[in-house]
Amino acid sequence: MPMTITEKILAEHAGREAVSPGELVQVDVDLALANDITAPLAIDVFDRLGAREVFDREKIALVPDHFVPNKDIESAQQVKVTREFARKHRIKHFFELGETGIEHVILPEKGLITPGDLIIGADSHTCTYGALGAFSAGVGSTDLGAILATGKTWLKVPATIKLVYEGELSPWVGGKDLILYTLGLLGVSGAVYHSLEFTGEVTEGLSMSQRFTMANMAVEAGAKNGIFEPDEITKEYMEERSDRSGNFLKSDLDACYENKFKIRVDDMEPQVALPHSPDNIRPISEVDPVVLDQVFLGSCTNGRLEDLRDAARLLEGRKVADGVRFIVIPGSPSIYREAIKEGIVETLLDVGAVIGPPCCGPCLGGHMGILAEGERALSTSNRNFVGRMGHPKSEVYLSSPVVAAASAVIGRIASPEDL
Amino acid sequence: MKIEGKVWMFGDHVDTDLIIPARYLNVSDKNELAKHCFADLRPEFIKEVGVGDIVVAGINFGCGSSREQAPLAMKTAGVGAVIAKSFARIFYRNAFNIGFPVLESEEVPEQVREGDSVSLDLSKGEIVGIEQDKHFYARPIPDFMRDILKAGGLVEYLKKR
Repeated sequence: MPMTITEKILAEHAGREAVSPGELVQVDVDLALANDITAPLAIDVFDRLGAREVFDREKIALVPDHFVPNKDIESAQQVKVTREFARKHRIKHFFELGETGIEHVILPEKGLITPGDLIIGADSHTCTYGALGAFSAGVGSTDLGAILATGKTWLKVPATIKLVYEGELSPWVGGKDLILYTLGLLGVSGAVYHSLEFTGEVTEGLSMSQRFTMANMAVEAGAKNGIFEPDEITKEYMEERSDRSGNFLKSDLDACYENKFKIRVDDMEPQVALPHSPDNIRPISEVDPVVLDQVFLGSCTNGRLEDLRDAARLLEGRKVADGVRFIVIPGSPSIYREAIKEGIVETLLDVGAVIGPPCCGPCLGGHMGILAEGERALSTSNRNFVGRMGHPKSEVYLSSPVVAAASAVIGRIASPEDL
Repeated sequence: MKIEGKVWMFGDHVDTDLIIPARYLNVSDKNELAKHCFADLRPEFIKEVGVGDIVVAGINFGCGSSREQAPLAMKTAGVGAVIAKSFARIFYRNAFNIGFPVLESEEVPEQVREGDSVSLDLSKGEIVGIEQDKHFYARPIPDFMRDILKAGGLVEYLKKR
């Protein structure tokens, strides 16, 4: 039976020859993930189930990243619960401060995910790992708690929507613009219960960093997972990071898709999501020059080295506009270190940025860089719901790192072309 | 499994940041979480919600983050059930897992209004609008999901088996 890459991974992990959309299957989990917000509840579920041992101490990752370094007593307690569980069960991949960073940046970087894997995480942006040709989906804490005990979960096989990107990208247009454009096309509920498969000649040329950005935001259309077929670029990324080679699967040519969209990219401009929804998309030429109070470069969407490098290249020798607070957060300690080595950190400091420790930062309005009433921010993160980054009467716009960098200098939402 | 209460009406795409903003997620205690349910969207909610009240909404209820604290805060605040045209995937799964009834209906959100009285019979999937004197039927769910709800959540369901 012809299958998509998602169906192939699910079939293999369910011990089946084939699966088709709509079927409920029980699958083996290769890696289970939780963070400082979701782990404590999952641990409570694990204990209430009466479980004594975790299913496999090497297949669990616990990453404190949302409110670290601990922002208050309550957050410190949450991390403590997570740390104590990790110690008790000798969890191999618990990331202590100094090693920790954003979960979805760290895990691929450490080679913990290979193509063909099945990863379940108690975080909605777990879908990020689809960039490596893995199946990965977010769940809540109870599901994750049960997985910690059993290593298994049940899933409904999703039907797949195929996205085919064709043409040639203009300068200043990349993965973030492609996914924002796609969200505008599909809407925030356009892919609920579906898999998004990113294909076409354009995706073949995208770096891993840009693929992570795109897969990361699949959930913003309601998707269960977003996935790329792994290729030479994936292989190169893996070779530097993992001993495991992974299973490089591809969709069959006659696989069944519920829907297909062809997206021509030749005339695509940088895209911006206006408040208060990630599907409220406009090309930059149609966005009002909104005056900004804050610009944030970071997050599991755009906190990778390439993102910082692109911004720094554009910002060399310039200054942040008066009245703009420019916050940059590298996604992991190794990105931070490399950014220092390459002079990116110095460039950003000279520009007037503040550089935070690797963590989720202001993305979710809980820690470091919260907005006051009436303030406006441009962010490279993934969500701009009401109150997402602070006061319910603040506003968040979403863009790529280069648009964020240009806007920080100009002081209003602007294209790199305007510099 | 009967639930009766007053209707609280919401629109489409109510996200989990609106159900409970992330700044309140530094604790795991459900009673603390419940205090901040709909804090930004409807600050009066937590003061006025009655046990068994029903949240009625449009499409894609619970979109956004995977935080199970969202259905947990609603359940602990006293909300008896959510009836929406559709739900976001993770929220839907989380709700069943903690034994919090969520029902899909196209009709109910169109026909009932804020403050109406509604009663639910979960075993039949029947919803009665008292003011409308009308019976509605939610989209049926598989037996094992109803059993999870009956048990009070996934943990209780698995322990029984």
